[in-house]
Amino acid sequence: MTESRDTDQDFELKLLLLAVQEKYGYQFGNYARASLMRRVRRHMQISGVQHISDLIPLFLHDEPAFAAFVKDMSVVVTEMFRDPEFFKSLRENIIPLLKTYPFIKVWHAGCASGQEAYSMAILLDEEGLLDRCQIYATDFNDQALRHARTGIYPEEDMALYEENYRLAGGKTELSKYCHRGYDSVKFNGRLAEHITFANHNLVTDGVFGEMNLILCRNVLIYFNQDLQDRVLQLLFDSLCSRGVLCIGKRENILFSAIDDHLEVTDRNQRIYRKTS
Amino acid sequence: MNGGVVVVGASAGGLSALEILLTELGANFPAPVIVTKHLASGDEEGLCKVLSKSSPLTVNIACDKQKVTGNHVYLAPGGYHLQIEDKETLSLSIDEQVCHSRPSVDVLFQSAADVFGTQMVGILLTGANKDGAEGIKAVKEAGGATIVQNPETAEVPIMPKSAIATGCVDHVLDLSDIAICLKAMSFNLGPK
Ligand SMILES: C[S@@+](CC[C@H](N)C(=O)[O-])C[C@H]1O[C@@H](n2cnc3c(N)ncnc32)[C@H](O)[C@@H]1O
Repeated sequence: MTESRDTDQDFELKLLLLAVQEKYGYQFGNYARASLMRRVRRHMQISGVQHISDLIPLFLHDEPAFAAFVKDMSVVVTEMFRDPEFFKSLRENIIPLLKTYPFIKVWHAGCASGQEAYSMAILLDEEGLLDRCQIYATDFNDQALRHARTGIYPEEDMALYEENYRLAGGKTELSKYCHRGYDSVKFNGRLAEHITFANHNLVTDGVFGEMNLILCRNVLIYFNQDLQDRVLQLLFDSLCSRGVLCIGKRENILFSAIDDHLEVTDRNQRIYRKTS
Repeated sequence: MNGGVVVVGASAGGLSALEILLTELGANFPAPVIVTKHLASGDEEGLCKVLSKSSPLTVNIACDKQKVTGNHVYLAPGGYHLQIEDKETLSLSIDEQVCHSRPSVDVLFQSAADVFGTQMVGILLTGANKDGAEGIKAVKEAGGATIVQNPETAEVPIMPKSAIATGCVDHVLDLSDIAICLKAMSFNLGPK
Protein backbone atom coordinates (compact mmCIF):
# COMPACT_ATOMS: atom_id res chain seq x y z
CA MET A 1 0.00 0.00 0.00
CA THR A 2 2.64 2.49 1.16
CA GLU A 3 5.06 1.14 -1.43
CA SER A 4 2.75 1.77 -4.36
CA ARG A 5 1.81 5.20 -3.05
CA ASP A 6 5.51 6.14 -3.04
CA THR A 7 6.14 4.98 -6.57
CA ASP A 8 3.03 6.71 -7.90
CA GLN A 9 4.20 9.88 -6.22
CA ASP A 10 7.65 9.67 -7.81
CA PHE A 11 6.14 8.95 -11.18
CA GLU A 12 3.67 11.84 -11.00
CA LEU A 13 6.35 14.25 -9.80
CA LYS A 14 8.57 13.31 -12.74
CA LEU A 15 5.75 13.93 -15.20
CA LEU A 16 4.90 17.27 -13.63
CA LEU A 17 8.49 18.51 -13.80
CA LEU A 18 8.83 17.28 -17.36
CA ALA A 19 5.71 19.19 -18.41
CA VAL A 20 7.00 22.33 -16.69
CA GLN A 21 10.37 22.02 -18.40
CA GLU A 22 8.84 21.44 -21.86
CA LYS A 23 6.48 24.37 -21.61
CA TYR A 24 8.43 26.95 -19.58
CA GLY A 25 12.07 25.83 -19.71
CA TYR A 26 12.49 25.69 -15.93
CA GLN A 27 14.51 22.67 -14.80
CA PHE A 28 13.47 21.63 -11.32
CA GLY A 29 14.21 17.91 -11.80
CA ASN A 30 17.40 18.06 -9.74
CA TYR A 31 16.10 20.24 -6.92
CA ALA A 32 16.30 18.58 -3.50
CA ARG A 33 13.30 16.36 -3.12
CA ALA A 34 12.06 17.11 0.40
CA SER A 35 11.79 20.87 -0.19
CA LEU A 36 10.33 20.32 -3.65
CA MET A 37 7.65 18.01 -2.25
CA ARG A 38 6.69 20.58 0.39
CA ARG A 39 6.06 23.14 -2.34
CA VAL A 40 4.17 20.73 -4.57
CA ARG A 41 1.99 19.72 -1.62
CA ARG A 42 1.26 23.33 -0.77
CA HIS A 43 0.15 24.02 -4.34
CA MET A 44 -2.04 20.92 -4.31
CA GLN A 45 -3.66 22.33 -1.18
CA ILE A 46 -4.06 25.85 -2.60
CA SER A 47 -5.62 24.46 -5.76
CA GLY A 48 -7.69 21.88 -3.92
CA VAL A 49 -6.47 18.93 -6.00
CA GLN A 50 -5.82 15.41 -4.80
CA HIS A 51 -2.99 14.10 -6.97
CA ILE A 52 0.34 15.60 -8.02
CA SER A 53 -0.57 14.88 -11.62
CA ASP A 54 -3.66 17.10 -11.26
CA LEU A 55 -1.23 20.02 -11.20
CA ILE A 56 -0.09 19.27 -14.76
CA PRO A 57 -3.11 20.73 -16.61
CA LEU A 58 -3.24 23.55 -14.08
CA PHE A 59 0.38 24.63 -14.57
CA LEU A 60 0.14 24.21 -18.36
CA HIS A 61 -2.98 26.28 -18.87
CA ASP A 62 -3.02 28.71 -15.96
CA GLU A 63 0.17 30.78 -16.22
CA PRO A 64 -0.46 32.81 -13.05
CA ALA A 65 -0.78 29.55 -11.10
CA PHE A 66 2.55 28.41 -12.52
CA ALA A 67 4.13 31.81 -11.84
CA ALA A 68 3.06 31.46 -8.21
CA PHE A 69 4.76 28.06 -8.11
CA VAL A 70 8.02 29.44 -9.53
CA LYS A 71 7.93 32.25 -7.03
CA ASP A 72 7.50 29.65 -4.31
CA MET A 73 10.49 27.68 -5.62
CA SER A 74 12.66 30.68 -4.89
CA VAL A 75 13.04 31.15 -1.17
CA VAL A 76 14.03 34.75 -0.56
CA VAL A 77 14.82 34.47 3.12
CA THR A 78 17.96 36.47 3.90
CA GLU A 79 19.52 39.04 6.28
CA MET A 80 22.21 41.70 6.42
CA PHE A 81 25.41 40.10 7.77
CA ARG A 82 23.71 36.71 8.16
CA ASP A 83 26.05 34.48 10.21
CA PRO A 84 28.12 37.37 11.59
CA GLU A 85 31.11 35.14 12.38
CA PHE A 86 31.37 34.40 8.67
CA PHE A 87 31.73 38.10 7.85
CA LYS A 88 34.17 38.46 10.71
CA SER A 89 36.30 35.68 9.28
CA LEU A 90 36.14 37.30 5.82
CA ARG A 91 37.38 40.53 7.36
CA GLU A 92 40.24 38.82 9.15
CA ASN A 93 41.30 36.19 6.65
CA ILE A 94 40.30 37.32 3.18
CA ILE A 95 40.38 41.15 3.17
CA PRO A 96 44.20 41.26 3.60
CA LEU A 97 44.44 39.08 0.51
CA LEU A 98 42.03 41.26 -1.50
CA LYS A 99 44.09 44.31 -0.56
CA THR A 100 46.93 42.95 -2.70
CA TYR A 101 44.80 43.14 -5.89
CA PRO A 102 44.50 46.28 -8.04
CA PHE A 103 40.89 45.45 -8.90
CA ILE A 104 38.47 43.06 -7.20
CA LYS A 105 35.51 41.20 -8.65
CA VAL A 106 32.97 39.64 -6.29
CA TRP A 107 30.01 37.40 -7.24
CA HIS A 108 27.02 36.72 -5.04
CA ALA A 109 25.25 33.75 -6.64
CA GLY A 110 21.67 33.51 -5.32
CA CYS A 111 21.60 37.00 -3.82
CA ALA A 112 17.84 37.00 -3.09
CA SER A 113 16.67 40.51 -2.10
CA GLY A 114 20.25 41.79 -1.93
CA GLN A 115 21.11 42.14 1.76
CA GLU A 116 24.21 39.97 1.45
CA ALA A 117 25.58 42.12 -1.40
CA TYR A 118 24.99 45.37 0.53
CA SER A 119 26.69 43.80 3.56
CA MET A 120 29.70 43.01 1.40
CA ALA A 121 29.78 46.56 -0.02
CA ILE A 122 29.81 47.95 3.54
CA LEU A 123 32.59 45.60 4.60
CA LEU A 124 34.67 46.53 1.55
CA ASP A 125 34.01 50.21 2.15
CA GLU A 126 35.24 50.00 5.73
CA GLU A 127 38.40 48.30 4.53
CA GLY A 128 39.01 51.02 1.92
CA LEU A 129 38.42 48.66 -0.99
CA LEU A 130 35.01 49.62 -2.33
CA ASP A 131 36.34 52.01 -4.97
CA ARG A 132 38.27 49.25 -6.70
CA CYS A 133 35.49 46.67 -6.46
CA GLN A 134 32.79 45.43 -8.76
CA ILE A 135 30.15 43.27 -7.12
CA TYR A 136 27.92 41.06 -9.28
CA ALA A 137 24.79 39.91 -7.49
CA THR A 138 22.65 37.40 -9.36
CA ASP A 139 19.50 35.38 -8.85
CA PHE A 140 16.92 33.70 -11.08
CA ASN A 141 14.06 35.51 -9.39
CA ASP A 142 13.37 38.84 -11.14
CA GLN A 143 11.06 40.06 -8.42
CA ALA A 144 13.79 39.57 -5.80
CA LEU A 145 16.26 41.38 -8.06
CA ARG A 146 13.90 44.35 -8.44
CA HIS A 147 13.65 44.54 -4.66
CA ALA A 148 17.43 44.24 -4.33
CA ARG A 149 17.99 47.18 -6.69
CA THR A 150 15.89 49.47 -4.49
CA GLY A 151 18.02 48.76 -1.40
CA ILE A 152 14.93 49.36 0.74
CA TYR A 153 14.24 47.10 3.69
CA PRO A 154 11.70 47.14 6.55
CA GLU A 155 12.63 49.25 9.54
CA GLU A 156 11.58 46.40 11.84
CA ASP A 157 14.47 44.25 10.57
CA MET A 158 17.09 46.85 11.46
CA ALA A 159 17.57 45.75 15.08
CA LEU A 160 18.65 42.29 13.92
CA TYR A 161 20.80 43.76 11.14
CA GLU A 162 22.52 46.16 13.59
CA GLU A 163 23.24 43.30 15.97
CA ASN A 164 24.63 41.12 13.17
CA TYR A 165 26.77 44.02 11.95
CA ARG A 166 28.21 44.55 15.42
CA LEU A 167 28.98 40.84 15.87
CA ALA A 168 30.58 40.83 12.41
CA GLY A 169 33.14 43.38 13.62
CA GLY A 170 31.44 46.44 12.08
CA LYS A 171 33.41 49.63 12.60
CA THR A 172 30.65 52.18 13.15
CA GLU A 173 26.89 51.84 13.11
CA LEU A 174 24.86 50.31 10.35
CA SER A 175 22.46 53.26 10.36
CA LYS A 176 25.36 55.37 8.97
CA TYR A 177 24.86 53.54 5.68
CA CYS A 178 21.15 54.18 5.23
CA HIS A 179 18.42 56.78 5.38
CA ARG A 180 15.47 56.13 7.59
CA GLY A 181 12.01 56.50 6.08
CA TYR A 182 8.69 56.13 7.82
CA ASP A 183 8.72 52.36 8.21
CA SER A 184 11.66 51.41 6.03
CA VAL A 185 15.33 52.14 5.50
CA LYS A 186 17.14 52.73 2.21
CA PHE A 187 20.81 51.89 1.84
CA ASN A 188 23.09 54.56 0.33
CA GLY A 189 23.24 54.82 -3.43
CA ARG A 190 27.02 54.98 -3.07
CA LEU A 191 27.00 51.27 -2.12
CA ALA A 192 24.65 50.34 -4.98
CA GLU A 193 26.95 52.05 -7.50
CA HIS A 194 29.38 49.20 -7.06
CA ILE A 195 26.78 46.43 -7.32
CA THR A 196 25.33 45.04 -10.56
CA PHE A 197 22.15 43.03 -10.02
CA ALA A 198 21.41 40.61 -12.87
CA ASN A 199 19.37 37.54 -13.69
CA HIS A 200 21.44 34.36 -13.78
CA ASN A 201 20.11 30.82 -13.41
CA LEU A 202 22.72 28.55 -11.84
CA VAL A 203 21.11 25.50 -13.42
CA THR A 204 21.00 26.68 -17.02
CA ASP A 205 23.45 29.61 -17.38
CA GLY A 206 27.23 29.49 -17.49
CA VAL A 207 30.41 31.29 -16.49
CA PHE A 208 30.33 35.07 -17.13
CA GLY A 209 33.63 36.26 -15.70
CA GLU A 210 36.68 35.51 -13.57
CA MET A 211 36.00 36.36 -9.94
CA ASN A 212 38.35 36.95 -7.01
CA LEU A 213 35.65 36.08 -4.48
CA ILE A 214 32.43 34.10 -4.88
CA LEU A 215 29.69 33.72 -2.28
CA CYS A 216 27.00 31.11 -2.88
CA ARG A 217 25.37 30.66 0.50
CA ASN A 218 22.18 28.78 1.27
CA VAL A 219 21.40 28.10 -2.36
CA LEU A 220 23.02 24.67 -2.77
CA ILE A 221 20.71 23.29 -0.06
CA TYR A 222 17.86 23.47 -2.59
CA PHE A 223 19.70 21.20 -5.05
CA ASN A 224 20.26 17.44 -4.98
CA GLN A 225 23.79 16.03 -4.92
CA ASP A 226 24.14 15.83 -8.72
CA LEU A 227 23.06 19.39 -9.26
CA GLN A 228 25.21 20.59 -6.33
CA ASP A 229 28.23 19.02 -8.03
CA ARG A 230 27.43 20.72 -11.32
CA VAL A 231 26.84 24.12 -9.76
CA LEU A 232 29.98 23.85 -7.62
CA GLN A 233 31.94 23.11 -10.80
CA LEU A 234 30.46 26.24 -12.40
CA LEU A 235 31.45 28.33 -9.38
CA PHE A 236 34.92 26.81 -9.39
CA ASP A 237 35.36 27.55 -13.11
CA SER A 238 34.35 31.17 -12.41
CA LEU A 239 37.20 31.69 -9.90
CA CYS A 240 40.47 33.33 -10.89
CA SER A 241 43.68 31.63 -9.93
CA ARG A 242 43.82 31.42 -6.08
CA GLY A 243 40.26 32.81 -5.91
CA VAL A 244 38.07 32.43 -2.81
CA LEU A 245 34.82 30.43 -2.59
CA CYS A 246 32.33 30.69 0.28
CA ILE A 247 29.27 28.48 0.80
CA GLY A 248 26.61 28.35 3.51
CA LYS A 249 27.55 27.46 7.06
CA ARG A 250 25.78 24.06 6.94
CA GLU A 251 26.57 23.20 3.33
CA ASN A 252 29.30 20.83 2.13
CA ILE A 253 31.86 20.57 -0.64
CA LEU A 254 33.23 17.38 0.87
CA PHE A 255 31.31 15.11 -1.49
CA SER A 256 32.12 17.11 -4.60
CA ALA A 257 34.90 16.60 -7.15
CA ILE A 258 36.23 20.14 -6.72
CA ASP A 259 37.10 19.38 -3.08
CA ASP A 260 40.56 18.18 -4.20
CA HIS A 261 41.31 21.53 -5.82
CA LEU A 262 40.39 23.71 -2.87
CA GLU A 263 42.27 24.43 0.32
CA VAL A 264 40.50 25.30 3.54
CA THR A 265 40.82 28.84 4.90
CA ASP A 266 38.13 28.51 7.57
CA ARG A 267 36.36 25.17 7.83
CA ASN A 268 33.67 26.29 10.27
CA GLN A 269 32.70 29.29 8.15
CA ARG A 270 33.07 27.34 4.87
CA ILE A 271 35.70 29.59 3.27
CA TYR A 272 37.93 27.94 0.65
CA ARG A 273 40.66 28.92 -1.82
CA LYS A 274 41.49 27.53 -5.21
CA THR A 275 44.83 25.76 -4.94
CA SER A 276 46.18 27.00 -8.29
CA MET B 1 21.22 1.76 5.59
CA ASN B 2 18.20 -0.36 5.14
CA GLY B 3 16.46 0.16 8.47
CA GLY B 4 14.20 2.78 9.92
CA VAL B 5 14.50 6.04 11.71
CA VAL B 6 13.45 7.80 14.92
CA VAL B 7 12.45 11.47 14.72
CA VAL B 8 12.13 13.58 17.85
CA GLY B 9 10.58 17.01 18.35
CA ALA B 10 10.88 19.30 21.38
CA SER B 11 10.68 22.93 22.37
CA ALA B 12 10.63 24.67 25.78
CA GLY B 13 12.07 22.31 28.42
CA GLY B 14 13.50 20.12 25.69
CA LEU B 15 17.12 20.25 26.75
CA SER B 16 16.77 18.19 29.92
CA ALA B 17 14.12 15.94 28.34
CA LEU B 18 16.50 15.15 25.47
CA GLU B 19 19.37 14.59 27.89
CA ILE B 20 17.35 11.95 29.73
CA LEU B 21 15.94 10.28 26.63
CA LEU B 22 19.23 10.12 24.71
CA THR B 23 21.09 8.84 27.76
CA GLU B 24 18.59 6.09 28.46
CA LEU B 25 18.60 4.86 24.88
CA GLY B 26 22.09 3.45 25.53
CA ALA B 27 25.09 3.10 23.25
CA ASN B 28 23.69 0.37 21.03
CA PHE B 29 20.54 1.97 19.72
CA PRO B 30 20.58 0.77 16.10
CA ALA B 31 18.61 3.45 14.25
CA PRO B 32 19.61 7.05 13.55
CA VAL B 33 17.84 9.55 15.81
CA ILE B 34 16.98 12.86 14.12
CA VAL B 35 16.10 15.70 16.48
CA THR B 36 14.44 19.06 15.93
CA LYS B 37 14.43 21.21 19.03
CA HIS B 38 13.36 24.82 18.67
CA LEU B 39 16.39 27.08 19.09
CA ALA B 40 17.87 30.32 17.87
CA SER B 41 20.57 30.40 15.22
CA GLY B 42 23.91 29.51 16.81
CA ASP B 43 22.49 27.84 19.93
CA GLU B 44 22.87 24.39 18.41
CA GLU B 45 26.56 24.28 19.36
CA GLY B 46 25.74 24.46 23.06
CA LEU B 47 22.95 21.90 22.78
CA CYS B 48 25.27 19.54 20.93
CA LYS B 49 27.94 19.86 23.62
CA VAL B 50 25.56 19.12 26.47
CA LEU B 51 23.97 16.12 24.74
CA SER B 52 27.33 14.73 23.62
CA LYS B 53 28.50 14.75 27.20
CA SER B 54 25.48 12.92 28.60
CA SER B 55 24.54 10.51 25.80
CA PRO B 56 26.56 7.44 24.86
CA LEU B 57 25.40 7.94 21.27
CA THR B 58 27.43 10.14 18.88
CA VAL B 59 25.72 13.52 18.65
CA ASN B 60 26.20 15.76 15.57
CA ILE B 61 24.80 18.99 14.22
CA ALA B 62 23.19 18.10 10.90
CA CYS B 63 24.71 19.34 7.62
CA ASP B 64 23.04 19.52 4.24
CA LYS B 65 23.09 16.17 2.31
CA GLN B 66 24.72 14.43 5.25
CA LYS B 67 24.46 10.63 5.32
CA VAL B 68 22.93 9.10 8.44
CA THR B 69 23.87 5.94 10.35
CA GLY B 70 22.70 4.07 13.44
CA ASN B 71 24.08 4.91 16.91
CA HIS B 72 24.13 8.55 15.85
CA VAL B 73 22.01 11.55 16.78
CA TYR B 74 21.56 14.47 14.35
CA LEU B 75 20.42 17.89 15.60
CA ALA B 76 18.69 20.58 13.52
CA PRO B 77 20.83 23.76 13.38
CA GLY B 78 19.09 27.02 14.40
CA GLY B 79 17.68 29.00 11.48
CA TYR B 80 17.27 25.95 9.21
CA HIS B 81 14.54 23.35 8.76
CA LEU B 82 15.94 19.82 8.95
CA GLN B 83 14.39 17.30 6.54
CA ILE B 84 14.81 13.69 5.50
CA GLU B 85 15.78 13.68 1.86
CA ASP B 86 15.89 9.91 1.26
CA LYS B 87 16.57 6.82 3.39
CA GLU B 88 20.24 7.69 3.81
CA THR B 89 20.35 11.45 3.56
CA LEU B 90 19.36 14.60 5.45
CA SER B 91 18.77 18.00 3.90
CA LEU B 92 18.32 21.57 5.15
CA SER B 93 16.16 24.43 3.98
CA ILE B 94 15.51 28.00 5.03
CA ASP B 95 11.91 28.11 3.91
CA GLU B 96 9.56 30.35 5.87
CA GLN B 97 8.93 29.53 9.50
CA VAL B 98 6.28 26.99 10.43
CA CYS B 99 4.43 27.62 13.73
CA HIS B 100 6.81 30.59 14.24
CA SER B 101 9.76 28.22 14.18
CA ARG B 102 12.68 27.34 11.98
CA PRO B 103 13.64 24.57 12.59
CA SER B 104 10.10 23.19 12.70
CA VAL B 105 9.10 19.76 13.99
CA ASP B 106 6.22 19.51 11.47
CA VAL B 107 8.65 19.92 8.58
CA LEU B 108 10.95 17.17 9.90
CA PHE B 109 8.11 14.74 10.64
CA GLN B 110 6.33 15.29 7.31
CA SER B 111 9.51 14.69 5.34
CA ALA B 112 10.26 11.58 7.40
CA ALA B 113 6.75 10.21 6.88
CA ASP B 114 7.19 10.69 3.14
CA VAL B 115 10.41 8.69 3.02
CA PHE B 116 10.07 6.06 5.78
CA GLY B 117 6.33 5.35 6.02
CA THR B 118 5.88 2.40 8.40
CA GLN B 119 9.59 2.17 9.19
CA MET B 120 9.67 5.00 11.68
CA VAL B 121 8.76 6.32 15.10
CA GLY B 122 7.81 9.95 15.75
CA ILE B 123 8.28 11.26 19.30
CA LEU B 124 7.09 14.58 20.62
CA LEU B 125 8.35 15.95 23.94
CA THR B 126 7.78 19.03 26.11
CA GLY B 127 7.05 22.43 24.54
CA ALA B 128 4.95 25.60 24.58
CA ASN B 129 3.93 25.52 20.92
CA LYS B 130 1.66 23.38 18.76
CA ASP B 131 4.43 22.62 16.24
CA GLY B 132 4.63 18.84 15.78
CA ALA B 133 0.89 18.10 15.93
CA GLU B 134 0.55 18.15 12.12
CA GLY B 135 3.76 16.15 11.92
CA ILE B 136 2.43 13.45 14.25
CA LYS B 137 -0.65 13.22 12.03
CA ALA B 138 1.53 12.78 8.94
CA VAL B 139 3.57 10.02 10.62
CA LYS B 140 0.42 8.18 11.67
CA GLU B 141 -1.19 8.48 8.24
CA ALA B 142 1.95 7.06 6.62
CA GLY B 143 1.79 4.05 8.96
CA GLY B 144 4.55 5.00 11.43
CA ALA B 145 4.37 4.74 15.22
CA THR B 146 3.75 7.84 17.36
CA ILE B 147 4.73 8.49 20.97
CA VAL B 148 4.13 11.62 23.01
CA GLN B 149 5.55 12.60 26.38
CA ASN B 150 2.98 12.49 29.19
CA PRO B 151 1.75 16.10 29.51
CA GLU B 152 1.37 15.60 33.27
CA THR B 153 5.11 15.07 33.68
CA ALA B 154 6.34 17.20 30.76
CA GLU B 155 7.95 20.51 31.77
CA VAL B 156 5.59 22.39 29.41
CA PRO B 157 2.47 20.41 28.38
CA ILE B 158 1.20 22.39 25.34
CA MET B 159 3.17 20.56 22.66
CA PRO B 160 2.25 17.04 23.80
CA LYS B 161 -1.36 18.06 24.42
CA SER B 162 -1.78 19.53 20.93
CA ALA B 163 -0.46 16.29 19.46
CA ILE B 164 -2.77 14.14 21.57
CA ALA B 165 -5.73 16.26 20.43
CA THR B 166 -5.17 15.07 16.83
CA GLY B 167 -6.18 11.55 17.87
CA CYS B 168 -3.09 10.21 16.07
CA VAL B 169 -0.96 9.28 19.09
CA ASP B 170 -0.26 5.59 19.82
CA HIS B 171 1.40 5.95 23.24
CA VAL B 172 1.49 8.63 25.93
CA LEU B 173 4.44 7.89 28.23
CA ASP B 174 6.88 9.32 30.78
CA LEU B 175 10.41 9.93 29.50
CA SER B 176 12.03 6.77 30.83
CA ASP B 177 9.19 4.66 29.44
CA ILE B 178 9.66 6.27 26.04
CA ALA B 179 13.25 4.99 26.05
CA ILE B 180 12.13 1.46 26.95
CA CYS B 181 9.40 1.52 24.34
CA LEU B 182 11.87 2.70 21.69
CA LYS B 183 14.35 -0.01 22.55
CA ALA B 184 11.59 -2.60 22.20
CA MET B 185 10.61 -1.18 18.81
CA SER B 186 14.23 -0.85 17.70
CA PHE B 187 14.32 -4.50 16.65
CA ASN B 188 12.20 -3.40 13.70
CA LEU B 189 14.20 -0.26 13.04
CA GLY B 190 17.82 -1.38 12.86
CA PRO B 191 19.65 -2.20 9.62
CA LYS B 192 18.37 -5.39 8.01
C1 LIG C 1 17.71 31.41 0.82
S1 LIG C 1 18.21 32.51 -0.41
C2 LIG C 1 19.90 32.82 0.02
C3 LIG C 1 20.21 34.30 0.07
C4 LIG C 1 21.60 34.67 0.55
N1 LIG C 1 22.65 34.11 -0.27
C5 LIG C 1 21.78 34.31 2.00
O1 LIG C 1 22.45 33.33 2.31
O2 LIG C 1 21.25 35.00 2.85
C6 LIG C 1 18.28 31.40 -1.80
C7 LIG C 1 18.23 32.10 -3.15
O3 LIG C 1 18.66 31.19 -4.16
C8 LIG C 1 17.98 31.49 -5.33
N2 LIG C 1 18.01 30.38 -6.28
C9 LIG C 1 17.41 29.17 -6.19
N3 LIG C 1 17.62 28.45 -7.30
C10 LIG C 1 18.39 29.23 -8.12
C11 LIG C 1 18.94 29.05 -9.41
N4 LIG C 1 18.72 27.93 -10.11
N5 LIG C 1 19.69 30.05 -9.95
C12 LIG C 1 19.90 31.21 -9.26
N6 LIG C 1 19.40 31.43 -8.04
C13 LIG C 1 18.65 30.46 -7.48
C14 LIG C 1 16.58 31.81 -4.84
O4 LIG C 1 15.86 32.58 -5.80
C15 LIG C 1 16.84 32.57 -3.55
O5 LIG C 1 16.81 33.95 -3.75
